[in-house]
Amino acid sequence: MSDEPGAEPEPDADSDSNAETDGVPTVEVASGTGVPVRGNDIDTDQIIPARYLKAITFDGLGEYAFYDQRFENGEETDHPFNNERYQGASILVVNANFGCGSSREHAPQALDRWGIDAIVGESFAEIFAGNCLALGIPTVTAPVQDINQLQDHVEEYPETEIAVDVANETVSYGERLLEGTVDTAQRTALLEGVWDTTELLKSNRKAIFETARSLPYIEDAAIEGAPGAPAGSEDRSARSEATGASEN
Amino acid sequence: MVRGTSGPRSLREIFDSPLAAVTELPTGQTQLFVGLHLIHEVTSPQAFGMLAERDIEVAYPDLTHATVDHIVPTADQSRPYADDAAEEMMAELEANVQGTGIEFDHPGTGEQGIVHVIGPEQGLTQPGMTIVCGDSHTSTHGAFGALAFGIGTSQIRDVLATGTIAMEKQKVRRIEVTGELGSYVGAKDVILTIIRRLGTDGGVGHVYEYGGEAISALDMEGRMSICNMSVEGGARAGYVNPDATTYEWLRETDAFRSDPGEFERHKSYWESIRSEETAEYDDVVEIDGNEIEPVVTWGTTPGQGIGVGEAIPDPDALPEDEREVARCAQQHMGVSPGDRMEGYGIDVAFLGSCTNARLADLRAAAKIVEGREVHSDVRGLVVPGSQRVKEAAEREGLNRAFEAAGFEWRGAGCSMCLGMNEDQLRGAERCASSSNRNFVGRQGSKEGRTVLMSPVMVAAAAIEGEVTDVRTLREVTAA
Repeated sequence: MSDEPGAEPEPDADSDSNAETDGVPTVEVASGTGVPVRGNDIDTDQIIPARYLKAITFDGLGEYAFYDQRFENGEETDHPFNNERYQGASILVVNANFGCGSSREHAPQALDRWGIDAIVGESFAEIFAGNCLALGIPTVTAPVQDINQLQDHVEEYPETEIAVDVANETVSYGERLLEGTVDTAQRTALLEGVWDTTELLKSNRKAIFETARSLPYIEDAAIEGAPGAPAGSEDRSARSEATGASEN
Repeated sequence: MVRGTSGPRSLREIFDSPLAAVTELPTGQTQLFVGLHLIHEVTSPQAFGMLAERDIEVAYPDLTHATVDHIVPTADQSRPYADDAAEEMMAELEANVQGTGIEFDHPGTGEQGIVHVIGPEQGLTQPGMTIVCGDSHTSTHGAFGALAFGIGTSQIRDVLATGTIAMEKQKVRRIEVTGELGSYVGAKDVILTIIRRLGTDGGVGHVYEYGGEAISALDMEGRMSICNMSVEGGARAGYVNPDATTYEWLRETDAFRSDPGEFERHKSYWESIRSEETAEYDDVVEIDGNEIEPVVTWGTTPGQGIGVGEAIPDPDALPEDEREVARCAQQHMGVSPGDRMEGYGIDVAFLGSCTNARLADLRAAAKIVEGREVHSDVRGLVVPGSQRVKEAAEREGLNRAFEAAGFEWRGAGCSMCLGMNEDQLRGAERCASSSNRNFVGRQGSKEGRTVLMSPVMVAAAAIEGEVTDVRTLREVTAA
């Protein structure tokens, strides 16, 4: 990840969340060596087994990434995450429908804590891609043959530096430049530093309240005192007016 | 009360121009107001932690509803729980909702249960709402004509903080299930057929609208089973347009039971949001309901299903991108191409989960087991979806039918669907399961084997000790 000049400093990648509330860093490029994890339909139960969800924080999840694939009867398997050659890698290269299944954000949190900064693959399950975005991790898609080629290359030359360029939607490695796709909303969010959406959403509190008030299934009492609610008696008259009008 | 809106919009249109849209975000996403935010103990604690770090309070506590389901023991529920980690998560949820005004359906209330069971049964889930929860099976609530989808923990933080969520525009695929389902063929068989046909990633970028005669004929429980597994087909959400079946369910819920006037007012709104006959879709898929057989899975993704009498496919005959997954799956399951799943021995029968642990599911399964016995090699578990389902089932004597047959009758929770409590497969056990995922390791043992099927098929498998065509079971005993 790189920060736009003058942007807020990047938060500690291993912190629980981005504690800063007055600025979210932009994510334009992620670079580093790669780690290929082959296979379609790799679900989030594989990325982080449910038993490691029995905690109230995301701390320490990195060591359990792909745990059941990495250990067989207590012995290390030849899973890429165990392989010496890929230690320190930050670009994960995967195949189709990666991250399907459970919505657990623990999955990208575990990958993030293991050291992954960007994921390149054939396709991603939607909730997983959204969870990655919430952590500032780009998920770039590319055609199957390009992915296979990249995986082959990383397997042969694990020291290769890979650069994932979010703005240009490219992945460059060695002499090659691969044309990828970054979902439009994701691209904008990363480039403009609005991937941590809380502040962005919160800034519309008045419009939020007005929307809530206009919805036929929301009781007045249920939204009383919510942020963005007009204060004082003015509020009450405005609301009874709105209510009266619609009851006719 | 029902307030006026800026003109009725159909569900089909909700996805183009959402009813609950607050504004368009700079990312091109829509900011949606969340009418119901369900939370549970696994995915919410970190979100509350983030809120505390940022010194933000819960914006809409009255629209937020909590329960405990994933880690809750289904045998001995006395506190503190025997599992320290489970106790810690429970205590954390109690502390997090304390003083916020969020209603918490803990086991002491008699209202606790799987989050996707309690929302609909209490009438919290209503047509037209945007409903979210940190759980992928939130798609269940779409059965009521709600836009309901699973979110991650950072998004839970967003919803707690603002009552809204950023959502990408989705395409809408109409899935038309025509004809009439055969006897002992149900919703689970329909959705497993759909996923087999369209793939586990076929729904990415889409919301599925389910319709057609076979869907209209389903009860709400069946529609929930179908919408529940939309996500297994890659669709983040699925829905059925509300109709008389939907309204009848809602009329009996806490929200409307004592107030017919309120019910009628809401009903007129619900009627207004049905997709028009002339609605256009990004895609239409037709499935012949008459052709659907009881379906069982042979592999390790929900897309790897076949009719119970059908031969297991040869990986080499599958599309190229499915072959490797199929080979690994067959090795894991210990099955070979050309074999049938019928006769596949099982060690455990699990009747439960947010897919199939509602009253109608238990009634149907109880009918199969009545007067029969669970096979001596099989451990049978019935885990009702909620405390209310459990109580209602007991009033009807379903527990007696299950227990007399040799099933264990448990407390409500997610249980062996994902093995986060003590209910887990051991070693390489094989399980006939009414749940939603047959992923490797899903039921708590990485060597464990899961065969997904409908509740009546689980009941039949429990009795025979092997995967069995429930229709055959019936004929044999009737003779």
